Amino acid sequence: MTRRTTQLFAATALAGMGLATTAMAERGSDGQLNLLLWQAPSTLNVYLSTGTKDMLASSLILEPLAAFAPDGSIIPRLAAEIPSLENGGISEDMTSITWKLKEGLKWSDGTPVTADDVKFTADYCMNDEGGCAQAAKFSGITSIEAVDPLTVKITYDGPRPNPFDAFVGSQAPVLQKAQFESCMGAASASCTAQNFGPIGTGPFRVTDFRTNDVASLDANPEYREADKPAFATVNLKGGGDSSAAARAVLETGEYDYAWNIQIAPDVLDGMLAAGKGKLEVDFGATVEHIKLNMTDPSSSLPEGERSTLAHPHPILSDVKVRRALSMAIDRQLLNEIGYGDTGRATCNMVPAPEIFAADNPDCLTQDIEGAKALLDEAGWVPGGDGIREKDGQRLKMLFQTSVNPVRQDFQALIKQWWTEIGVETELKTIDASVFFGSDPGSPDTLVKFYADVEMYTDVYDGTDPGSFLSEHTCASIPSPENQWQGENAARFCSETFDAMSVEMGKTAGLEARAELAKTMNLMLTRDEMVLLPLIARGRVSVSSNALAGVQMNAWDSEFWNVADWSRAAE
Amino acid sequence: MTETERQQQLDTAELVAETAGPAPVTGELPPNNPVHADGETRSQWLDVWRQFRSHTGAMVALVLFLGVILFVTIGPLIWTIDPTYVDIRARNSGFTAAHPLGTDQLGRDLLARLMSGGRVSIAVGLTAMTLAITLGSFIGVMSGYFRRLDAPLMRMTELFLALPLLPLLLLMVTLFREPLSQTFGPAMGIFLLIVTAIGATSWMQSARIVRGEVLGLKEREFILAAKSIGTPPRRMILRHILPNVLSPIMVAATLGIATAIITESALSFLGLGFPPDFPTWGRLLFDAVDQMVLYPWRVILPGLFISLTVLCVNYIGDGLRDAMDPRIRGR
Amino acid sequence: MLNFTIRRTLLAIPTLLFISLVIFLLLEASPGDPLGDVPLTVPPEVKERMREALGLGQAWYIRYVLWLKQFFWVEPLHWFDQVFGTSYSAGMQRVISFQSRSPVFDVIAQRVPQTLTVVGMSYVIGVLIAIPIGIISAYKQYSWFDQLGTFVSMVGFSMPTFFTGVVLIIIFGVKLQWFPSIYDTTHVVRDWPSFLVQVKQMVMPVTVLALYNAAQISRFMRASMLDNLNQDYVRTARAKGLSEKTVVLKHVLRNSLIPVVTVIALGLPAVFGGAIITEQVFKVNGLGQLLISAIHANDIPMVLTLTFIFAILIVAFTLIADIVYGLLDPRIRYD
Repeated sequence: MTRRTTQLFAATALAGMGLATTAMAERGSDGQLNLLLWQAPSTLNVYLSTGTKDMLASSLILEPLAAFAPDGSIIPRLAAEIPSLENGGISEDMTSITWKLKEGLKWSDGTPVTADDVKFTADYCMNDEGGCAQAAKFSGITSIEAVDPLTVKITYDGPRPNPFDAFVGSQAPVLQKAQFESCMGAASASCTAQNFGPIGTGPFRVTDFRTNDVASLDANPEYREADKPAFATVNLKGGGDSSAAARAVLETGEYDYAWNIQIAPDVLDGMLAAGKGKLEVDFGATVEHIKLNMTDPSSSLPEGERSTLAHPHPILSDVKVRRALSMAIDRQLLNEIGYGDTGRATCNMVPAPEIFAADNPDCLTQDIEGAKALLDEAGWVPGGDGIREKDGQRLKMLFQTSVNPVRQDFQALIKQWWTEIGVETELKTIDASVFFGSDPGSPDTLVKFYADVEMYTDVYDGTDPGSFLSEHTCASIPSPENQWQGENAARFCSETFDAMSVEMGKTAGLEARAELAKTMNLMLTRDEMVLLPLIARGRVSVSSNALAGVQMNAWDSEFWNVADWSRAAE
Repeated sequence: MTETERQQQLDTAELVAETAGPAPVTGELPPNNPVHADGETRSQWLDVWRQFRSHTGAMVALVLFLGVILFVTIGPLIWTIDPTYVDIRARNSGFTAAHPLGTDQLGRDLLARLMSGGRVSIAVGLTAMTLAITLGSFIGVMSGYFRRLDAPLMRMTELFLALPLLPLLLLMVTLFREPLSQTFGPAMGIFLLIVTAIGATSWMQSARIVRGEVLGLKEREFILAAKSIGTPPRRMILRHILPNVLSPIMVAATLGIATAIITESALSFLGLGFPPDFPTWGRLLFDAVDQMVLYPWRVILPGLFISLTVLCVNYIGDGLRDAMDPRIRGR
Repeated sequence: MLNFTIRRTLLAIPTLLFISLVIFLLLEASPGDPLGDVPLTVPPEVKERMREALGLGQAWYIRYVLWLKQFFWVEPLHWFDQVFGTSYSAGMQRVISFQSRSPVFDVIAQRVPQTLTVVGMSYVIGVLIAIPIGIISAYKQYSWFDQLGTFVSMVGFSMPTFFTGVVLIIIFGVKLQWFPSIYDTTHVVRDWPSFLVQVKQMVMPVTVLALYNAAQISRFMRASMLDNLNQDYVRTARAKGLSEKTVVLKHVLRNSLIPVVTVIALGLPAVFGGAIITEQVFKVNGLGQLLISAIHANDIPMVLTLTFIFAILIVAFTLIADIVYGLLDPRIRYD
């Protein structure tokens, strides 16, 4: 891994500095690039996006000031350099950051890129009526000003130890002011032409966009590197499912690249055996995990009191039970069955970047006997049918997750292990659009958590897990008072943890933040066992052997270096 | 002689007659006392059965269908492996003595899964189909026969045809999953829910078809004749209308079973069906589609069972229809 | 009959309004969230603001009336403007999709061509092969042709398209490489070679759908023919000395068509609805895929508009079926 990372870093550094790695190539000499996104993009304006697919598509066209490289470091895009305390880009008190644009940048229509465009983009997204999907990236900004045509200064309402959210990464790219000027606020909905055909600085520009179907792009004639991109046109097709997408690249060879492949390892191996393509994997901050409900979801409670702090969970409040449930799970086996090379068993909610990942391998070995002993100790004794009981109550769990073949396999396995240690398990699956939605009227959402146990994948933006960990405070618990809006679905509430979270908001410096993040992560997983991490999932795509230059990136758009992609010599 | 005794005698007489040689005409003679309509019906059904037996296709289908039923009901008593038991060391195994039909990706025994899956699928298929057909025929006959009911019933049919299925099912599941599974247990509750959902959303086609037929039928001479001798509507529908619209109903019923079995798998796929640890044929088929190239048996077997069941029901339906058609029976 | 048609058309208006209300309420009540697909990293307060920007902050009846206005007033005005170059609809909000923030009708117009070519073609082919098969199967009941037809159609009907579609792709797309596994919606037919490309990419989806449709229709055709072949009037017609062809194709067929007409009339609006699974398997991205993705994304304006157009077609086609009944069997009268 480390060797690979260094290689990657070397390559990205070269690309980032604008040194032509494939100097022979000429712009548009390699014909058409065929990309397949089985979830089709709905819009090309990432600020109105409702999913990752839109961000990917727009990252071919729009660019931020800086981007994340595969190793998690920040590299300049439109910015001339990355602001830091040393170069004066970040002010001493850490309340403002100043970005300098590269000189001579042009939009694909030939007009110059200026600081005004950057300022406009921030205003566009910070407008309350626009419903900007990336508003969180711009939170805490008090003012943004264009100091001169190439300089823009962002001021925050307080010290920002990590100011790299606005205009960093493909979720917050720069829009052209001239094009979007009339689309501020409520008008954003009627700007179809703009949203479907944004003018950008990226390697490609839109020629035709059909929502939820297909996008046709061609090389941007004004792209800042004269010999790039190598491809003249891009066909970005959507639709189908992930196994069909993998088939189109690996077996029929109709497409060059397919995004987000989620199929069983043995099926994937079978497809790879055709020898037409390869797997692209990189590991980021994506963890498949189990959340244990700390409050009582029983349906005998009146509506409005179910799954609230008023009623602690009658079984799971005991840490011994939680630990026993975790010990009974064989994470290595889960990974082998569900993910293979595209996942890794983990005990951490923050498995990467390396500096933030705690040393915590204890849960990786399954221990059925130990789990049984722990349950005995907690007073749960096996009843007539092997299911444990205590004070007339059966040890029974309702285990919910979204519809997904891998998750259903995991459910079956985990149910078996839990039955072995005397825990009765009822399984339930919910349609993903309901489960991940936040309709307060639906009982089946993951935040409402009307079940004892639930499983899904959590992820955080950027490379710093500070704000992600801080989501597990008492204040973030979903409840009827906040219309069930809150990230702390496990309803974990601890004063010690809350204090650490406050501290995290004030801590600067990578080392110190990493130390604190590790402690917080261990508290949630190893010590309190509220979250049971299972698998660190890689970001998985497949690319054809006829495509060169692909470099998976877990922290930003996987098309981050699409300008360097080219047709491989056969 | 009591009624039952006479009945038994009649039955025995027929049985004797049947086994003795070429069927004598006595069986078709009306009972000596025409007031006892019961007796007549009995012998009519026997007659149908006799005709049915002469239909080779239908008899083969009936035997096969009974075989499938036995496979899914008695089978699990003989082959006692738990269909949800995960034997991870035996995963993806081929045909072995321990697992005659192999195992799936988690090492669950495919034979056991086919048996218990079939029980659910056949139950869902038959019940949902019966529900849909009964409802559809009832509404179709009512609307075709009684002019006053036609407009409201048909507008309701149009409404149901227009409703988007998925949101409707999602809503039903949200509203009723928990109360039903608390009252009847998770499996039975979901079963009722699924059967009702499929039944309630697939009766429209048969209603439209039956109505169309009834509209034409009720202008026929024999109906007018029956009407003119003062036959009450109830008897009219049961005696004259229904038997004459039976064949499209039979077709709709056979197609309905297939649709119900497949719809059930689509529902599970959407998270609206049975809990994931309840195998059904539809789901076994669906789950195995991705692995088709590696393990073709996993798709072929459930597919085979679904087709076999549908084919059997179709042939049985054909046989029944022929047997119940007095014109053919006479030949 | 004219009277009947006019009466039914007038009655259709309140029916359709009622249907639209029921669909709207159903979509409102069913669980789900237009923002369900938004990454988990987006905080709740941002989602709340996005929801307000979609207009979800208002009461349901306001949104319903607004949709009615947009559908029945703004959209026709917009088309009027498009045709005559006027600008009556300037500044008026059209029906806007939640997912893409673009006018729903533009997206529908984009999807109609591929749905009509693929699903429509398969329906036509299905009907064209089903009716002769049904007639011959019934006429030669229990012949080898009938047995084969029964077998193929029942297997064809009981095999779901998510299965048959993938089988075809694996055989003809992967192994033989005859046909593309992905349908290109941007393909334009200009000349003979490009027409061949279009035919090639249509072969598999059309086959799958046509098989399914033909299976169903041929069963109804056969059953209905069988019913009629034994009727007295057939005997009379034969006794009159009419040729067998006239008897079967004119008298029997005409009288057997009522259930078939019903099935086809119910099937034609479904052509507009697209074929959800088949479109998904072959990536045709027509109206079926549009509807299912809109349902998954809880895109209420899109789902409502699509299902409402669907409802209009259903009401229209049931009316047409009723009129055709009268033509096929003059004894049927509605007045």
